[in-house]
Amino acid sequence: MAGFPILTVMLLVPLVGAIACLFVKAPAARLIALAATLIDLALGVVLWANYDIGGDQWQFVESANLFAGFRYALGIDGIALMLIMLSVFLMPICIGASWQAIQKRVGEYMAAFLLMEVLMIGTFAAQDIFLFYIFFEAGLIPMYLIIGIWGGDNRIYAAYKFFLYTLIGSVLMLIAMLWMVNEAGTSAIPDLMRYDFDPGAQTLLFLAFFASFAVKVPMWPVHTWLPDAHVQAPTAGSVILAGVLLKLGGYGFIRFSLPMFPEASAQFAWLMWGLAMAAVVITSLIALVQHDMKKLIAYSSVAHMAIVIVGLFAFNVQGLEGGMIIMLSHGLVSGALFLCVGVIYDRLHTREIARYGGLAINMPKYAVLFLLFTMASIGLPGTSGFVGEFLSLAGIYQASSWAAFVATTGIILGAAYMLYLYRRIAFGQQVNADAAAMPDLSARELLLLAPIAAVVLWMGVYPESFLAPMRADIELLDQRLDRAAPASDADLVIGEAAPAAAVEPAEGAH
Amino acid sequence: MDLSTSLGLIAPELVLSLSGLVLLLFAAWGGDKLARTISIATCIALGAAFALVAPAVCAGASGPDRMAFGGQFSADAFAGLAKLMIYAAAGATLVVAPRFFERLGAMRAEFALLVLFAALGMSVMVSAADLVTLYIGLELNSLSAYVLASILRDDERSAEAGLKYFVLGALASGILLFGMSLTYGFTGTTSFAGIAVATAGGLNTGMLFGLIFVLAGLAFKISAAPFHMWTPDVYTGAPTPVTMFFASAPKVAAIALLARVALEAFGTQVDAWRQVVIFAALLSIVVGALGAIGQTNIKRLMAYSSINNVGFILIGLAAATVAGVSGMMVYLAIYVVMTVGSFVAVLLLRDAEGRQLEGIADLAGLSTTRPLVAWCLLALMFSLAGIPPLFGFWGKFVVFQATVQADLVALAAIGIAASVIGAFYYIKIVKVMFFDDPADTVKGEADWAHTVLLVVCALLISPLGYFLIPWLGNIATMAASSLALPVV
Repeated sequence: MAGFPILTVMLLVPLVGAIACLFVKAPAARLIALAATLIDLALGVVLWANYDIGGDQWQFVESANLFAGFRYALGIDGIALMLIMLSVFLMPICIGASWQAIQKRVGEYMAAFLLMEVLMIGTFAAQDIFLFYIFFEAGLIPMYLIIGIWGGDNRIYAAYKFFLYTLIGSVLMLIAMLWMVNEAGTSAIPDLMRYDFDPGAQTLLFLAFFASFAVKVPMWPVHTWLPDAHVQAPTAGSVILAGVLLKLGGYGFIRFSLPMFPEASAQFAWLMWGLAMAAVVITSLIALVQHDMKKLIAYSSVAHMAIVIVGLFAFNVQGLEGGMIIMLSHGLVSGALFLCVGVIYDRLHTREIARYGGLAINMPKYAVLFLLFTMASIGLPGTSGFVGEFLSLAGIYQASSWAAFVATTGIILGAAYMLYLYRRIAFGQQVNADAAAMPDLSARELLLLAPIAAVVLWMGVYPESFLAPMRADIELLDQRLDRAAPASDADLVIGEAAPAAAVEPAEGAH
Repeated sequence: MDLSTSLGLIAPELVLSLSGLVLLLFAAWGGDKLARTISIATCIALGAAFALVAPAVCAGASGPDRMAFGGQFSADAFAGLAKLMIYAAAGATLVVAPRFFERLGAMRAEFALLVLFAALGMSVMVSAADLVTLYIGLELNSLSAYVLASILRDDERSAEAGLKYFVLGALASGILLFGMSLTYGFTGTTSFAGIAVATAGGLNTGMLFGLIFVLAGLAFKISAAPFHMWTPDVYTGAPTPVTMFFASAPKVAAIALLARVALEAFGTQVDAWRQVVIFAALLSIVVGALGAIGQTNIKRLMAYSSINNVGFILIGLAAATVAGVSGMMVYLAIYVVMTVGSFVAVLLLRDAEGRQLEGIADLAGLSTTRPLVAWCLLALMFSLAGIPPLFGFWGKFVVFQATVQADLVALAAIGIAASVIGAFYYIKIVKVMFFDDPADTVKGEADWAHTVLLVVCALLISPLGYFLIPWLGNIATMAASSLALPVV
């Protein structure tokens, strides 16, 4: 692989596809988009296959000096690799999901999606802090258009809200970046990750980055754009929003906030835990009373991303690994759940839960897959959700037993709202004749959901495949955080394991 | 320094004034039927002046041997870069204007000449190294501009715009003159270098008043808040090509002039004027952003947008460093392209009878009826909002980078946070064009010259524009270094 600029090619393929899509008719645009995303998926597989686990921290590095200290520098570590894989895996599925649902302005739609793919891969692969910012921020334009043109009835309000919320968060980050580069004398992310900023300055820098990433994650109480954007976006828009865009926030924390400002991260750990705890409980309760399927899943996203934050700010290996696995798992599961909603929305054109019921009778295949994703969202052992949530909560327990206690209620509440949703949609009486008459999954829909189901089970049964590339990077991050990690209140003492035989059998007393 | 060297240094201005005088005779005897020919000849004269200035800019000319007429006129790279922008903007105006006026039957021979004399005035402004030169340039520009604003004599709005512009412009000139006389009285000299020497030991009250009045007068000319009131009315009332001219070339000239006065004449007293500039900058950003939100006329919206942009440019000036001035010039260059592009797009909006449309509501659904114009305008709007990867982002980036390097982090943070307010109305235009149902009022066919200019502007501010950065950054830095900057 040496010398072949695979990351640049992964950026160029969808970019060329996007430009081509603008100039062709609908059927050709669909084919071009599918081809471009599949090529990127294939390149992603090549990338993963050639990633040398245990090798250099940064691999597939490309660098060219451009102008004014500005560098075109790409390169990935295990964390970025996994998130890029998530993006390239979800993209062809998004295109497939829009195959029939989108009928107006298909070329522009496909172009916007391909552009999104370019920007997402670029964000994860950028090694120059300003290049990162450009990719990170540019994503606003296609997403604004996707929500605004192809969204639901209230799309304009949602598009504005999405755009302005995210913009105000990220402009402050830009000033912080300018200051950091001025201070450290380099704009290379790997160098900045090793630079020790003055702890006093870290406080402000952390807050500036927090303003940006907290909106993207989104953390309570700045999450309110998410339900609006999700409900109004077309199905594929929701998939990409939940699947990948929310991960940009988590990625930002793990790539910037934690390694660059370890002292400030520790200082603000309680803020992060507090907001995350509030999010878990509040948004889960809100999800419980939703009548709109997409809104319910959107609120559940906020709750799951809060557990990611809790894990990342646990300052230990389990927590960080758990946070990363939840991000991957949530990307797949929430994406799949939005697809499941899309499947029945395409048939009945309503997202209201009460309009469905008893779908297990007329749509058995759908019911099985939907059940699998519901269980994965709850975190049932054997699915990807369990691995991530268990690791995260185990990690946070070492740091704060209170945060662990509150965050864990999210699992219980999660089970409550997801099972309640599933019961209302798939079980019970077939009260609505039109819902009862809906046909089961078509081959295309099956083809979209089956790969996600396979990966969800893979990640649940053998998470090592996904953890292995990230292990060394998380180890490094943990070492860097060690000096600042807040004191634990759980006081875990690894005691002598009591041999089972040594426990006196008390039966005789009876 | 002998006269011939001085004449050599003002060669671009000589070309402009001589061709202006000759063409004036043609216009006087030939009348309006020569209008188009004169327009073309003016373009050629501007092109010749452009070619004469370009070498000095590329060479980064500076120093005492670039001063003409005993230090009254400075032909350095900084002035040169500003002149390039001014000539380019004036040329673009002359390309789009004839079709516009011909449709109204109001194509006059003097139009091109007024643009030419305005450009000459601006050229003198940016080169001024003396308060007297400054004033001559400024008034030559302003007097031409007053007539240009009211060139559609039958149109009430145009006449109103001209009158408003004249009355308020004269007031601002008065304020400026008052400041200049105070400055002269307390420093005993009108030359910038002399003022710098006289103020080096500190400002006494008289000098301070002089400085404040000069700044206020110039703030009017660049339409920085709180001296911006005239801008929306004049921009709306003036014929669209004239508005495009006002929003681009005179802005460049007045900002370059302001920078030169602040940095060369009062360069030793940065702290005295920095607070004024910061105040005007932040107020302009906020006023420009808030004022634009409720507008229904796109020219009025662009007027507020220009106020908003001036705020960002002033932030670069507040840094008072080479990087700050360089960032300011980069921002100006990008701003001129964005402004020209946006107004050309507005010019392309005509109804079935060929009347110009100016309402934002008329843009509705433009993406389906006029995809090319809509996509170009989309790029221009996101660029004005400063969203990467469009080129407008780079302008904000260099300005804020300079501000942070000059340790004005709080100013940078407040300024950039306020820019989000401005983003709202830019994306509102995108919303109207892309999300709303077509209004079907835009019918007229596009002129090829307008379309070409629009596409060129859109390409320049697209990510392709980033390829220009090494070159643009380089000449902007040379231009900034050619100013005699204070040693901070």
